[in-house]
Amino acid sequence: MSSKQSYRGPGSGGLAIETAGLVKTFGDNRAVDGVDLAVPAGTVYGLLGPNGAGKTTTVKMLATLLRPDGGEAHVFGHDVVRAADTVRGLVSLTGQYASVDEDLTGTENLVLLARLTGHGKKAAYSRAEQLLDAFGLGDAASRQVKNYSGGMRRRIDIAASILNTPDLLFLDEPTTGLDPRSRNQVWDIVRAVVGHGTTVLLTTQYLDEADQLAARIAVIDKGKVIAEGTKGELKASVGAGSVHVRLRHAEQRPQAEEVLRIALDAEVKIEPDPVALTARVGGGAANGQGAAEQASRALAELARTGITVDNFSLGQPSLDEVFLALTGHPSDPEPPSGPGAPQDLKEAEVSR
Amino acid sequence: MSTATTTEAQDLAPVRTESLAELLIAKERPRRPSALSTSLTFGWRAILKIKHVPEQLFDVTAFPIMMVLMYTYLFGGALAGSPREYIQYLLPGILVMSVVMITMYTGVSVNTDIEKGVFDRFRSLPIWRPSTLVGYLLGDALRYAMASAVMLTVGIIMGFRPDSALGVLGGVLLLLVFSFAFSWVWTMFGLLLRTEKSVMGVSMMVLFPLTFLSDIFVKPETMPGWLQAFVNNNPVTHVASAVRGLMAGDWPGADIAWSLGWAGLLVAVFGPVTMRLYNRK
Repeated sequence: MSSKQSYRGPGSGGLAIETAGLVKTFGDNRAVDGVDLAVPAGTVYGLLGPNGAGKTTTVKMLATLLRPDGGEAHVFGHDVVRAADTVRGLVSLTGQYASVDEDLTGTENLVLLARLTGHGKKAAYSRAEQLLDAFGLGDAASRQVKNYSGGMRRRIDIAASILNTPDLLFLDEPTTGLDPRSRNQVWDIVRAVVGHGTTVLLTTQYLDEADQLAARIAVIDKGKVIAEGTKGELKASVGAGSVHVRLRHAEQRPQAEEVLRIALDAEVKIEPDPVALTARVGGGAANGQGAAEQASRALAELARTGITVDNFSLGQPSLDEVFLALTGHPSDPEPPSGPGAPQDLKEAEVSR
Repeated sequence: MSTATTTEAQDLAPVRTESLAELLIAKERPRRPSALSTSLTFGWRAILKIKHVPEQLFDVTAFPIMMVLMYTYLFGGALAGSPREYIQYLLPGILVMSVVMITMYTGVSVNTDIEKGVFDRFRSLPIWRPSTLVGYLLGDALRYAMASAVMLTVGIIMGFRPDSALGVLGGVLLLLVFSFAFSWVWTMFGLLLRTEKSVMGVSMMVLFPLTFLSDIFVKPETMPGWLQAFVNNNPVTHVASAVRGLMAGDWPGADIAWSLGWAGLLVAVFGPVTMRLYNRK
């Protein structure tokens, strides 16, 4: 886990996004249910939550694609409803699915957007070429985007978004469905973009992605922000991770559970596997102790009481554990509650 | 998708962050483009789509040829003594009928296109809102022009002899203007209805009576009075009469005025409704 990045741009004094009581309903479903956000300019702000939590709907309202049903939202001080056109001049959106025209080639897509944002023909072509080169897509420039791989699509999508160096960039789950290598490359791009003063609102389902990129994180669930803070603050409330233990003898499990509970001062979860146990480490009760240190102490304690451990592992907290810690319920993605009430707009659109 | 492209991810060139940095520093914000400029750019997008998927020209080539051949030989002998005689009357009308029928594909393609992610990007751009759809229709106007050229060529081969070349151009131009306006009906349905199939269904319901109950095949004098009332006030009748007149070297002022009037009315009614739906989508 790295904690070195904190992208403080020159304009870090102001707020890029400010929302108060933002609400969006689809039928009976309150997809966004009173969201308050304050995103400092020049930073990456992570919006973390499971499918259907309301992340995409929030982004769509901020990008002027959906009209809020309640509350207010300002982007660099401009109201997203009343000054929608001004806001559109400042933001750029990379949707969950490719926001480029799949029938057109890479060059054509970028030239199209360059022309639409006011570049002359010549400037549009040279800008497109430079961008394609910088994104390592020079060889694929004249191929239709529908023949691109997942990683290439993401790149052309982000290239289209930064064509005019927006002040605020929305990245809606930019790495969902990418292999680890492409994922790292997308992260590098995001770092480069933010390094030049652009504010990024990143939505993600992955805790480690938010951890890698974001300076501040809001955890969102069922349309509400359930936790907000810097990465450090959030981790302190969640715990640094969990230790998974497999015992040799199933009959020793109740005893092991007791030992772990005392040693870690945390709730111990009984796994479906009769010899397995999971416990959180490095949480609020850790008193500054490292997760690893805490876990090894607990394992030593198990050995001392004569319980044989077959193997163990120390993992980062998953999104599920974050949710368990914050809400007391796991992050089970709810199915859309009816045809008129899409949890996540994308699902509704695809099924049409 | 070929296998060659799926293995691409492995040897994809790395992102050049230093050149990326240069691009980001050059914080170019050109002046906001005009409504005309963005509409034409979207028109260019439509043309690129034709270039990449030329199969979609089937409906503006094969379909119109079929229409001319079918109706000329089917009705020619019975209605005008011979197909050669009949085509003098029929061709301008069947031209109008085919092009007006082709306009429904606008609705179908808007319906499938609008669901794609790229529309989110278009709608988050600070541009004149209707230009996305206007560009669409400009591209379609090009398709209508192609259909017209194909039909006139086939007609001339079959014996159609217009009296005025200028009149032919004028007639086609009038038809393009009317079709552009009429297409707004389909952009509305394309946004309103959920599936491609329902768009097709509604189109057929509207287009069949509108094109058949006109003066395209026969003169209205032979019809019962109540039907004449409909036929004589059908916009398609006005357009067909105007085009027929122009191609015959006349100046059918009243029909031209009616056609343009209908075109204006269609845009004035269905344009704003379309935009309302587009903004709410």
